[in-house]
Amino acid sequence: MEMQTSKDKELSPLDKKILNAVQKDFPLTSRPFQEIAIKVGSTETEVLSRIRQLRERGIIRRLGGVFDSQKLGFVSTLVALRVAPKQLDEVGAKISSLPGVTHNYQRDHTFNLWFTLVCPDRKELEANLAAVERYPGVEKLRNLPALQLFKIGVNFKME
Amino acid sequence: MPDFLEKRIISRLQGDLPLTLTPYADLALELGMGEAELMAKISELREKGLLRRIGAVLNHHNVGFSANAMGAWQVPPERAQEVGRQMAAFPAASHVYERPTYPDWRYNLFTMLHARNRAEVEKIAGEISRQTGINDYLLLYSTREFKKVSMNYF
Repeated sequence: MEMQTSKDKELSPLDKKILNAVQKDFPLTSRPFQEIAIKVGSTETEVLSRIRQLRERGIIRRLGGVFDSQKLGFVSTLVALRVAPKQLDEVGAKISSLPGVTHNYQRDHTFNLWFTLVCPDRKELEANLAAVERYPGVEKLRNLPALQLFKIGVNFKME
Repeated sequence: MPDFLEKRIISRLQGDLPLTLTPYADLALELGMGEAELMAKISELREKGLLRRIGAVLNHHNVGFSANAMGAWQVPPERAQEVGRQMAAFPAASHVYERPTYPDWRYNLFTMLHARNRAEVEKIAGEISRQTGINDYLLLYSTREFKKVSMNYF
């Protein structure tokens, strides 16, 4: 996991300024790229063209809205699984195919598979968890819904 | 719960904004409404908290933050509130939550820690531990990404 650090060297100083500017609040104005251009000391068309490139290169995963699932009426949880190592590939792929699964990672612990699940209501969430628990190879399932949220966002400060 | 028009706007904003000089005007055209009306609606979604923000979601690997650990902390329940706030104050920490425990999982506070390498992650975790006095913690690194997407709500 520690390889790609050289990749950020390909980002120009202007790219970095733009990335720092667009992470937190993208302007809600008619000409948002003009507003960013003023902030980073560039032109509107240059900023737009850089952002297009950053999006194409996958450095920006998405430029859009970030929503509060709970306020939209959805329920979500984090789930820890212990999966028999032999069946991990299969279970991992099956879980990824569930539409409400947004993050699904293998981790170096006896609970070796961790995923987040977002569903329109509690009933559907529980039905999903009951199904996952029956997947061959799943030895333990621990449902870890948030009891309290202290912080969600992160800003990657690029220098 | 969002109404019909809000759902249409959310459905469009959960993807990408048009990368054009006038993204809101172009989006409004797509949705069959005026630019001013769309911007007012978005601002309302934001005020009501349904929309956290409009912004760029970065691929942190590609911007040099390639070490990401899920920190799991065993915090006495009566200190959860105080320690959660302390952890949230660390710029490298995101997703700070209190979650339930089980006999085979006793860690109740969670943080995602982002840094350029594992040594840096460990340093930050050590700093959090010193500041909070919580010494029992795990750093769970992801060894494989099966899936990472933004949710499609509507």
